[in-house]
Amino acid sequence: MRPAWSIIFFTSSSGLGLGLAAWIVLGLVPLESATHLLAIAGFTFGLIGAGLFSSTLHLGHPERAWRALSQWRSSWLSREGVLAVVVMAALFMWFVYVHGGAVPPLWASAGVLTLIIATVYATSMIYASLKTVARWYHPLTPICYLMFAAAGGLLAACWLLAMTGQHVTAAIQQSTLLLLAAAWGVKLIWWRVAGASGSGSSLASATGLTALGEVRSIMPPHTSENYLQHEMGFIVARRHAEKLRLLSLGLGAVLPLLLIWLAPLSAPLLGIALVSHIAGVFVERWLFFAEAKHVVSLYYGEVH
Amino acid sequence: MTSLPEPSAIKLGLVIDLDICVGCQACVVNCKEWNTSGYGAPLSDENAYGANPNGAWLNRVHAFEAGEGETAKTIHFPKSCLHCEDAPCVTVCPTGASFKRAEDGIVLVNEDWCIGCGLCAWSCPYGAREMDPAEGVMKKCTLCVDRIYNENIPEEDQVPACVRTCPTNARHFGDLGDPNSEVSLMVAAREGFDLMPEQGTKPVNKYLPPRQRRQTEGAPMSLVAMADAETPKGFWKWVDSTLEKLG
Amino acid sequence: MSVEPQLDTSPKVGDEVRKTTCYMCACRCGINVHLRDNKIRYIEGNRDHPVNKGVLCAKGSAGIMQHYSPARLQSPMKRVGPRGSGQFEPISWEEALSTATEWLASIRKSDPKKLAFFTGRDQSQALTGWWAQQFGTPNFAAHGGFCSVNMAAGGIYTIGGAFWEFGSPDWDLTEMFVLFGVAEDHDSNPIKIGLGKLKGRGKRVVSVNPVQTGYAAISDDWYGVTPGTDGLLIISLIRELMRSGNIDVDYLRRYTNAPWLVIRNPGVENDGLFLRDKDGEPQVLDRATGKPVSHKIAGVSVGLQGEVKVKDGGVAVPAFMLMTEAYMDDRYGPEEVAGIVGISAQRIRQFAADLAEAAFAREVVVDQPWTDWKGERHEKMIGRPVSMHAMRGISAHSNGFQTCRALHVLQLMLGSVEVPGGFRFKPPYPKPPHAHPKPAGRPDQVAAGKPLGGAPLGYVLGPEDLLIGPEGEPQRIDKAYSWDAPMSAHGLMHMVISNAVAGDPYPVDVLFMYMANMAWNSSMNTRGVMNMLTETDPETGGYKIPKIIYSDAYSSEMVAYADLILPDTTYLERHDAISLLDRPICEADGVADAIRWPVIEPDRDVRGFQSVLLDIGARLSLPGMVNDDGSAKYSDYGDYIVNHQRKPGIGPLAGFRGTNGTSEGRGEVNPDQLDAYIENGSFWHTDIPEEARYYKMANMAYQDFAVDMGFYDNPQPYAFQIYSETLQKFRLAAEGHGNIQPPDHLRERVRTCFTPLPTWYAPFEGEAINEEDYPLHALTQRPMAMYHSWGSQNPWLRQIHGHNPMFISQGLADEHDLVDGDWIWVTSHHGKIRVPVAVMAGVNDKTIWTWNAIGKRKGAWQLDEDAPEAKKGFLLNHLIYELLPPKGDGQRWSNSDPITGQAAWFDLRVRIAKAAADEPAESAPQFAPLPRMNGMAQPDKTLRYGLKWTSNASSAKGREKKGKTSS
Ligand SMILES: Nc1nc2c(c(=O)[nH]1)N[C@H]1C(S)=C(S)[C@@H](COP(=O)(O)OP(=O)(O)OC[C@H]3O[C@@H](n4cnc5c(=O)[nH]c(N)nc54)[C@H](O)[C@@H]3O)O[C@H]1N2
Ligand SMILES: Nc1nc2c(c(=O)[nH]1)N[C@H]1C(S)=C(S)[C@@H](COP(=O)(O)OP(=O)(O)OC[C@H]3O[C@@H](n4cnc5c(=O)[nH]c(N)nc54)[C@H](O)[C@@H]3O)O[C@H]1N2
Ligand code: SF4
Ligand code: SF4
Ligand code: SF4
Ligand code: SF4
Ligand code: SF4
Ligand SMILES: [Mo]
Repeated sequence: MRPAWSIIFFTSSSGLGLGLAAWIVLGLVPLESATHLLAIAGFTFGLIGAGLFSSTLHLGHPERAWRALSQWRSSWLSREGVLAVVVMAALFMWFVYVHGGAVPPLWASAGVLTLIIATVYATSMIYASLKTVARWYHPLTPICYLMFAAAGGLLAACWLLAMTGQHVTAAIQQSTLLLLAAAWGVKLIWWRVAGASGSGSSLASATGLTALGEVRSIMPPHTSENYLQHEMGFIVARRHAEKLRLLSLGLGAVLPLLLIWLAPLSAPLLGIALVSHIAGVFVERWLFFAEAKHVVSLYYGEVH
Repeated sequence: MTSLPEPSAIKLGLVIDLDICVGCQACVVNCKEWNTSGYGAPLSDENAYGANPNGAWLNRVHAFEAGEGETAKTIHFPKSCLHCEDAPCVTVCPTGASFKRAEDGIVLVNEDWCIGCGLCAWSCPYGAREMDPAEGVMKKCTLCVDRIYNENIPEEDQVPACVRTCPTNARHFGDLGDPNSEVSLMVAAREGFDLMPEQGTKPVNKYLPPRQRRQTEGAPMSLVAMADAETPKGFWKWVDSTLEKLG
Repeated sequence: MSVEPQLDTSPKVGDEVRKTTCYMCACRCGINVHLRDNKIRYIEGNRDHPVNKGVLCAKGSAGIMQHYSPARLQSPMKRVGPRGSGQFEPISWEEALSTATEWLASIRKSDPKKLAFFTGRDQSQALTGWWAQQFGTPNFAAHGGFCSVNMAAGGIYTIGGAFWEFGSPDWDLTEMFVLFGVAEDHDSNPIKIGLGKLKGRGKRVVSVNPVQTGYAAISDDWYGVTPGTDGLLIISLIRELMRSGNIDVDYLRRYTNAPWLVIRNPGVENDGLFLRDKDGEPQVLDRATGKPVSHKIAGVSVGLQGEVKVKDGGVAVPAFMLMTEAYMDDRYGPEEVAGIVGISAQRIRQFAADLAEAAFAREVVVDQPWTDWKGERHEKMIGRPVSMHAMRGISAHSNGFQTCRALHVLQLMLGSVEVPGGFRFKPPYPKPPHAHPKPAGRPDQVAAGKPLGGAPLGYVLGPEDLLIGPEGEPQRIDKAYSWDAPMSAHGLMHMVISNAVAGDPYPVDVLFMYMANMAWNSSMNTRGVMNMLTETDPETGGYKIPKIIYSDAYSSEMVAYADLILPDTTYLERHDAISLLDRPICEADGVADAIRWPVIEPDRDVRGFQSVLLDIGARLSLPGMVNDDGSAKYSDYGDYIVNHQRKPGIGPLAGFRGTNGTSEGRGEVNPDQLDAYIENGSFWHTDIPEEARYYKMANMAYQDFAVDMGFYDNPQPYAFQIYSETLQKFRLAAEGHGNIQPPDHLRERVRTCFTPLPTWYAPFEGEAINEEDYPLHALTQRPMAMYHSWGSQNPWLRQIHGHNPMFISQGLADEHDLVDGDWIWVTSHHGKIRVPVAVMAGVNDKTIWTWNAIGKRKGAWQLDEDAPEAKKGFLLNHLIYELLPPKGDGQRWSNSDPITGQAAWFDLRVRIAKAAADEPAESAPQFAPLPRMNGMAQPDKTLRYGLKWTSNASSAKGREKKGKTSS
C-alpha cells in the first residue's frame, strides 16, 4: 500500500494527542495554573487536530468531509470521524471544567477516557477491518495502535511534567519505560505474526484458474501504471524494510528508553526522547503501509 | 445509510466466458467511451500525451498463463466490478456515497457525496474501483445502469456497452438471481465460478472456465485409418477402389 | 434502509445518429456515430452491418480520441528547413495544388515513369490505380507487397481467391478451424465473431503459431511451430492424409487440376506443361477408354493414374501422380520433420488425424440441389467442414508463396474449399489469375503525355507477361514483374525508396505517397530509409529523390520527410467508397459495398485525399478527369463515386443504381445514390441466391449471378490449380528454354523455388547466417488494440500499449539470467537494438517476439519527448534489412520472396545478450526529436472528454488545479 504522508501524520499525531489526553484525564499532569492548562490543552488539541486536519488532505473532496460523519453504523472511518468530533468536544468540556477549578466527576473523566480509547480503536479498525490487507486484518493491529497511543502519550506527559517543572516520579518513569517497551514489543510481535498472516487468496483463487496449475501474470492490462498499481501495488523491498524496522526501533524505542532511564528529569532530554519516539512511530507507520500487500496486487503479478 | 440492503431478488450482473475471451480490449475501450460522458464525471486521463499517461477505467483485461512448453496456456482475463452481494466497498464508505441498489443489486457511487477517501477501493479485493484523477471521486462499473433501463435506446441495445461490443460474445448480462435466466443456466451448465470466494464478498458476476486442452501425451488418434494405404502401393489400390466406387 | 439517490436511468444519448464506416483499421466495420452538440458522443457498431454485425473493437471504440487528436495536420504545408528537420510553413490549398500540378505536369510531358505513386493501406485503389494509369506511370502500388502478397497471390494462383476480403470460413457449419499465424488480421471483427460462434458450438479451434496470445490463447490445440517451417509441416500433414487415404478423391477429380495431364519430357521445352488439345484445353484421362480428353467434357470418368504417350515425345501423366511422388516421400515423414518444425511426430499425426476426422467423419450435407459448369446436376451439397485462415505468419517469409500454396493444397486435398463447412469465397471472388488483367508497363505501354496501356497491377501467366526491357531489365521502380519478383501482384513498396535513391533501375523525380509511414514502422531498415530520404547527389547537391509529396492526416514520422504535405481529413470527415472494383465488404452469402461520408465537417484546412487527387488530375487534364472543355469533371470524390463509370453501368458503387435506385450491380448512374446509401446505414447488401452459395467456381447459378452483377462479362468457371503451370513456365525459362530467360545470377533460384507443386525450402536469411551466431527467430505481432503507428496518438489506446517489451521464453530468461523489466541487446546481421524483456511460457523456445509499431520517434505524433513510446518502446525494424547478408557473389539479394517479392519480415534471425548494469534504461537506437508539427501547442495534459454532458459538470470546478483540461 502506498504510504501517504497525510495518513501517516494523521494516525501518529492524533494517536499521540489522544494518548496524552488520556493521561491528562487520568490526572497524571497537574493542571495547576491557567497558563499551564492552556498550554497543555493547546498542545494536546494541536496534536489531535493537526492529525485530523491532515487526514482530510488526501481527500478528493475535502469540502464534503462532513458527510463522512453519516455512516457510523457500518463504516469504521465514519465512526472514527464521529468519535473524533465527540472526543474533542468532550475533552474541551473537560478542560473547561478543570479550568473552572473544580475536579471533574469520576464518571465524566471515565467517559472521556472511554471515548479516547474508542477513537483510537476506531482509527485502528479502519485498517484492521480490511480483509483485503492480510497483515492489517489482525486482532493485534488495534492493540498496537492503543499501545502506541498510551506509551507515546505517557512519554509526552513526562515531557510536559518536566517542562512545567513538576516532578516525574520514579513510578511514572518506570511506567513509561514499561509501556514504551511493551508497545514496541507488541509491534515486534505484530511484525512477526500479522506480517506473516496470509490473505488466504492466491492468483489461482483470484482467477479461479485452479485446474491449470500455477498461474502467472504475463501482461498487465495497461502498460502505464494505473490507480490500483499506484495506490495498492506499492511494496518496499525486503532489505529496505529490515533496515527501516531497525531504524524505527532505534528511534522509537532504544533511544527514548535510554534517555528516560538515564535522565528522567531533564526536560530537554525528555524532549529529545519524545521527538525520537515520534520519528520512530513515523517510520513504523510508513512501514505499516509500505509493507502491506493488498490482494489486488495478485492480479498484477505480485506473489503473496 | 451504507449498510447493505436486504439481498434483492434480482441480481443483475455479468457472466464472462474465459474460454472465448481473446483479450482484444474492445470491452475496455467501449466501456470507457460510453461512460466518459455518461454516469457521473467523465473518466479523465492524466498526461494524455506525455509520460505515464493514466486515466480512470471501469474494466481492464489482464493476461495470465499457466503450464510450460507445449502445455502452456495463455488466458485473457477481463475484470470489472462484480456487484458483490456482501460488498465491503459499500459498508466501509463513510459518506453513504457507495451504495448497493435494493432493486437490482447494482453497486454504485453517488459522486455528489463521495469525498474521494479511497477506502472503498482498499476494501475491494478485485481492484474494481478507481479514483478519477481529475474529479477526485471514486469511479466504478455502473453495470451501465444508464443503458439497461434507458428508454432512449432500442430494446435490444439495453445491455451494458461492454456486452454489446464484445466481438467474441464472451460477455453476457442478465439476472443471476433468477435460476432460470439464460445467464444462470449458462453458469450452471459450465460450472461458472466466483473470484476469491474466500474473501466472502459473494460476487454476483460469474466466470466460465476455459476448456481444458487435450493432453499431448498419449492422446487418442482417430485417423480414419486406411491401413492398406500406408504404402504407396496400398495407396494406389485405395485410389483405384475409390474411383471405382465413384464411377 | 438505504437512501438511494434518484437516478436518471434514461439519459439522452445524443441528438442524432449518423451511420458510416469505421477506418480505425482496414476491416471496414459499420458504425453508428452518436452526435451531441455537433461533437461525437459515442460510437457503436452497426447491428445491421454485414462485416461487424453490431460489435466494435477497441480501436473502433477509440475513434473519438483519434478524431480529436492533437496530431491532426491543420493545413497544407511546404518544407522550409532541410528535409527531415520537420520545419514547415503553412500554405494555401491553391499553392499546394498548383505546386503539385507543376511538378507532375513536367514529368508527364517528358517521362511519366519519373513519378512513383505509392499508397499504403489505401482503400481507394480503384481510384488511385486508375489515376496512375491515366497519368501514365507504371510505378504504382499500395502496401500489399510488403504486407501479405504471398497469401493473396498464393491464393489467387491456386484457388482463385484468398483469405480476408476474398473469402472466409463457413463459421456456422465448420467443425474444425485452423489458424496459421494470425495475431489480429484485417478481418478483425469477423474472425472474432466467428471464433465466438465456433467456441459457442464447442468446435475445435487450432492455432499453429510460434506465439500463444489472443486467438491462439483460446485454441483447443496450440502448435508452437518454429517460424518459417509451416510449409514443411503442411506437406507432412498432406503426406499423412494421403497415406491414410483421407483425401477427397472425388473433389480433387472434379474441381481441381489434379487429373490434368502433365507432360514428362525432361530437358525439353514442354516438360511439365499441361497436355492440351488443339483448342488449348488441358486434357484428362478417360478411365473408360484410357484416352486423353478435354477436361471440359461432361460425363467422363476421370482417372488419376496412368500414362499416355505424347506425340512430340515424352509421356503425360495426371498431375495427381506427380503429387503422390512429391508428397508421399519419406523425407516428409513426421519423424523427419519434427525437429525442424519444432512439433513432435506424434502431435503432427494427431493434427492430421483431427483434420481427417473433421473432414470425413463429420461431413455436412446441405439439402440444396445445384448444377455444375459441365451441366451435371447434384442433389446435395456435400461439405468437408474444415476451414483455415492465415495471413502474414506464413506469408512474410521468403518461402511464403509456396507455403501459402501448400496450405491451399491441403485444403483442396480435404475437399474443403468452397463447400459447406469449409472455406468460402466472398464475391467478386473466386476469380482465377487468367480472369484478372495483366500488368501494364512494358516499354511499349509507357509514353510521354499518354495514359499507361493498361492497369499497372495484375497477374502474369508466364515470362511473356513480365515487365522487362529487351535486356531483361526491370521497368518498374520497384522491379515488380521482373525476374527479381516475377509474380509480384501487389508491387514492392518496400523497395521503392532504396531503388529510387540507388537510381536502380532509374531515378525518379517525384515520389508521391499516401498513408504510409515509410520513415518509420512501415520500412525495413528504418534508419537506412531515413538516411536515403535525405541523401543528396554530390554532383548537384540536390536530394537523390528530388521531390516528395505526401498525404497524411496526422503528424507521423514520415511527414518530416515530405517537401509538400497534403493534409487529409479523418475518416469521419470525408467520402470514401469501399468498392467492388477494389476490395469490397462482401460475405460468402452476399454481395456488399459501403461508403464513408462526412458525418462531421472538418474544423481545419484539410481536404479528403481522393478529392485532392481528382483535383490534381483535372489540373493535369488527365483523361477521364476533365470534360471536353477542359474543366474538372468531378467536383469532389463524392461526385466521382456517384458519376464515374468504369464500363457502362458499372461504377464504384454497385448498390442503388439506375435512375430510380433499384438496380444492383449494373445500372445507370443514380444521382441520389449516396443518399440511398446513407439512408441504408452507408452500405448496400444483396443476398446470393441459395443455389449459388457454394462451389461458386463451378456453380452455374453463381456464374450467372456474377455476370448479372457485373463481376465479369461471361461465366468463368475454372478448376483449382494444385499444379501451377505458370510456375513451371518460369522454371522452364530458368532451365534455358524460350527467349525470355532470367539473368544468370537468378537462374538457380528460379529453378529451385518456382516448383509447380508447392514445396518447402528453408528461409533465406536463416540459410545465409551462421545458426550459432543468430540462434533465435524474432517476430512481431499486431496488438489487437493498436493499429500500426496510428494508435499512439490516441490517449486511450496508448495507456494500453504505451511501450512494448520483448517477450522471451523462460528457458532463454534462465540462460541469460533475465527477469521481467531487464534490458537486453538484440543483434541481427544488420543491426542492434536495446530493449526491455518480459518472460512468458507460451512461445516457441527458439523465438522471441514483440508488439509491432509501438515504438515511436521522439516528438512525432504530438507526444511529449519523454513518452514511453519513445523511451521504452522500440521497433524491430532496425534489425530487419531489405537485403540478405552478402553471398560473396557481388550481387545484392533482396530479403523477399523470390516469386512475389513479398518482404520477408519474419525471416529475421537474432541473438540476445543482457545489457550492462550501468546502461541507461532507454531503448536504443534513439533519433533526434522531431519538432512539434505546424507549431502546434503542447496538447492538454488532462483530458475530460464529455465533461459538458455529464452530471458532475458543475462540481468539477474545484479540481481544475491539475492543469489545463479539455472536454
Ligand atoms: N517489424 C514489422 N514491421 C512491419 C510489419 C510487421 O509485421 N513487423 N508489418 C508491415 C505491414 S503488413 C504493414 S501494412 C505496414 C504498415 O505500415 P504503415 O502503412 O506505414 O502503417 P501506419 O503506421 O498505420 O501508417 C500509415 C500512415 O497513414 C497515416 N494515416 C492514418 N489515417 C490516415 C488518413 O485517414 N489519411 C491519410 N492520408 N493518412 C492517414 C498515418 O498517420 C500513418 O502515417 O507495416 C509493415 N511493417
Ligand atoms: N489491431 C490491428 N489489426 C491489424 C493491424 C494492426 O496493426 N493492428 N494491421 C493490419 C495489417 S496491415 C495486416 S497485414 C494484418 C496482419 O495480420 P496478421 O497476419 O495476423 O499479422 P501479424 O500480427 O503480423 O501476425 C503474424 C502472426 O504470425 C505469427 N507467425 C510469425 N511467423 C510465423 C510462422 O512462421 N508460422 C506461423 N504459423 N506463424 C507465424 C506471429 O506469431 C503472429 O501471431 O493485420 C491487420 N490488422
Ligand atoms: S471484448 Fe470480449 S473478447 Fe475482447 S477482451 Fe473483452 S471480453 Fe475479451
Ligand atoms: S467488486 Fe469490488 S467494488 Fe464491486 S461490489 Fe465487489 S467489492 Fe465492491
Ligand atoms: S471514496 Fe467515495 S465512495 Fe469510496 S469510500 Fe470514500 S466516500 Fe465512499
Ligand atoms: S457494465 Fe458498463 S460500466 Fe460495467 S464494465 Fe461493462 S461497460 Fe463498463
Ligand atoms: S475492426 Fe475495429 S478498427 Fe477495424 S474497422 Fe472494425 S471497428 Fe474499426
Ligand atoms: Mo499489412
